[in-house]
Amino acid sequence: METKPITSSLSDVANATKARKQPGSGALGVGLEARGIHAWFGDKLVLRDISLDFWYGTVTALIGPSGCGKSTFIRTLNRMHEFIPGAAMAGEVLLNGQDIYEQGTDVTKIRLKVGMVFQKPNPFPSMTIADNVLAGLKLAQLKTENKDDLLEECLERAGLWNEVKDRLSAYGGSLSGGQQQRLCIARSLAVRPEVLLMDEPCSALDPGSTLRIEETIQHLSSSMTIIIVTHNMQQAARVSDYTGFFLSDGGPGELVEVGPTSEIFSWPKDIRTENYVTGRFG
Amino acid sequence: MSGTNSAISPTSTPEKREITTKPRFSDKVFRGVATVGGLSSLVILGLILIFLGYQGFQVLRSEGFGFITGSNWQVMQDNAGNTDLAASSFGIAAMLVGTLLCAALAVSIAVPISVLCALYLTFYAPQFLKKIMVAIIDLMAAFPSILFGMWGFFVLMPHVEYWAKLIHKYFGWIPLFKMEVPVFTRSPFVAGVVLAIMIIPIITSVSREIFSQTPLDRVQAAYALGATRWSMIRAVVIPYGKSGVVGGAMLGLGRAMGETVAVYTVLNLVYQINWHVLIGAGGNVASMILLKFGEAGPTETRALMAAGLVLFLLTLLVNSIANTIVSRTGGKGR
Repeated sequence: METKPITSSLSDVANATKARKQPGSGALGVGLEARGIHAWFGDKLVLRDISLDFWYGTVTALIGPSGCGKSTFIRTLNRMHEFIPGAAMAGEVLLNGQDIYEQGTDVTKIRLKVGMVFQKPNPFPSMTIADNVLAGLKLAQLKTENKDDLLEECLERAGLWNEVKDRLSAYGGSLSGGQQQRLCIARSLAVRPEVLLMDEPCSALDPGSTLRIEETIQHLSSSMTIIIVTHNMQQAARVSDYTGFFLSDGGPGELVEVGPTSEIFSWPKDIRTENYVTGRFG
Repeated sequence: MSGTNSAISPTSTPEKREITTKPRFSDKVFRGVATVGGLSSLVILGLILIFLGYQGFQVLRSEGFGFITGSNWQVMQDNAGNTDLAASSFGIAAMLVGTLLCAALAVSIAVPISVLCALYLTFYAPQFLKKIMVAIIDLMAAFPSILFGMWGFFVLMPHVEYWAKLIHKYFGWIPLFKMEVPVFTRSPFVAGVVLAIMIIPIITSVSREIFSQTPLDRVQAAYALGATRWSMIRAVVIPYGKSGVVGGAMLGLGRAMGETVAVYTVLNLVYQINWHVLIGAGGNVASMILLKFGEAGPTETRALMAAGLVLFLLTLLVNSIANTIVSRTGGKGR
């Protein structure tokens, strides 16, 4: 798989840095960087020392067997991890060089920049399709000049506009599962995040809807950073530029290997990665 | 195609089959037990209704609509010392108005406090405080109402009198708060406050239950969009819990309308329709029954039964109106 051409000037900076940078060796300054992330639930350590960089304009897939901490990891990236009672973390997450866990950080602002799409489509059932897309503005008390334009733009980018443009005042729950998930993507886009975290966004969907969402991801990736957790290795191969392989041997999850997706799937360096991607276990 | 088997004709559809199942013995037994349990409450309620209707029928027939529109309660005796039904008059309009007034007042005071309390307990209170408070609130729900009444009489009344004077001073231009005679004690306002305190635990408990069941994925969706806790509550929790809060308020309203002893303790029973909540005159059907029951002769007892029947039907009516409102407005957002 070829790395796609990147035109944005911001991503040129990222590209230049990418070549010489080893994960965890210093601040990148742009995009999202995880430094030595550990995570606990109560006393149980579930993630050990994960360092990963996510460059602007790329899609990174996180793969690995169930229970290896992929979802926990991405939930540390927008501070959703702390909602679980007893959850704790160590390490740093740098967004454009700023630690999002720094004392005195307004967490709602972090989540505006680092959006999230969940495994199960979760539109707000009491709101119409249009209200769902614009819900973030209301929730975060943001102002916008032209709501109609934003609505159309977000639904367009999420690949849903043509299907719903005639029934924007219908309730969100009236859509099919795949449409609901794209509605949730549109909803995340409306607050203009720099990073989009996707936690197995297609695992509850049929192949057709999955394809539409993968197209949406391809479409979005040039203008933002996307991190996708997936159990579907074909999906990882299709949509991502980089792939990270997580594994837990019963203890805390660790990052075994990370690299360009083509390398991970063709010449993995670690035997455990090779076993997993060739389907010998997991 | 004509005259051949209709089953293969492309235009005809087959008959719908009857779909049945043969339940096992154990299932039949359990269904029987559950049915008995389920219907028993209905049967008991029906028996009470029949009893009250049977007892009150004579009085209701003699008084007609005057029973619920009149405000005169007078027992006349003939020369032999028996109650003369034709000459007596029984009317409970003042008590019905008092019942509705006190209960409405109680609910409108209790609902905002309860909702805030439930939101605090569900989303803001630290764990240890939450446990303690939930235990106390549940205890309050089981607290004997005479104690509320006594507390209302000895402790609350002097204070409420002061509040009532304030309300009258600044809001006296509102008809509801108008005063012709400056008698502030033992008013529907005091009764409403006591009833509000009695029903806060019920409404809080029901609201807390429904708030805590808000689907986590919607809560997370809101937070992931940069919601503050308050905006999350407004966008997700309130739409989800609205119908539950109304349900809790209805339970509270039912209790407030039927409350006897506490109202009896803090309210002046006056047989005159009074909409002015601050004036020390009012009543409530249940406490009137309590007041009269001890010294009532056979006919007056029948009249009290009829009053009970009216209260019963009124409660039923208010509840079914509320249920209609809930099902009309509560459907969305779940």
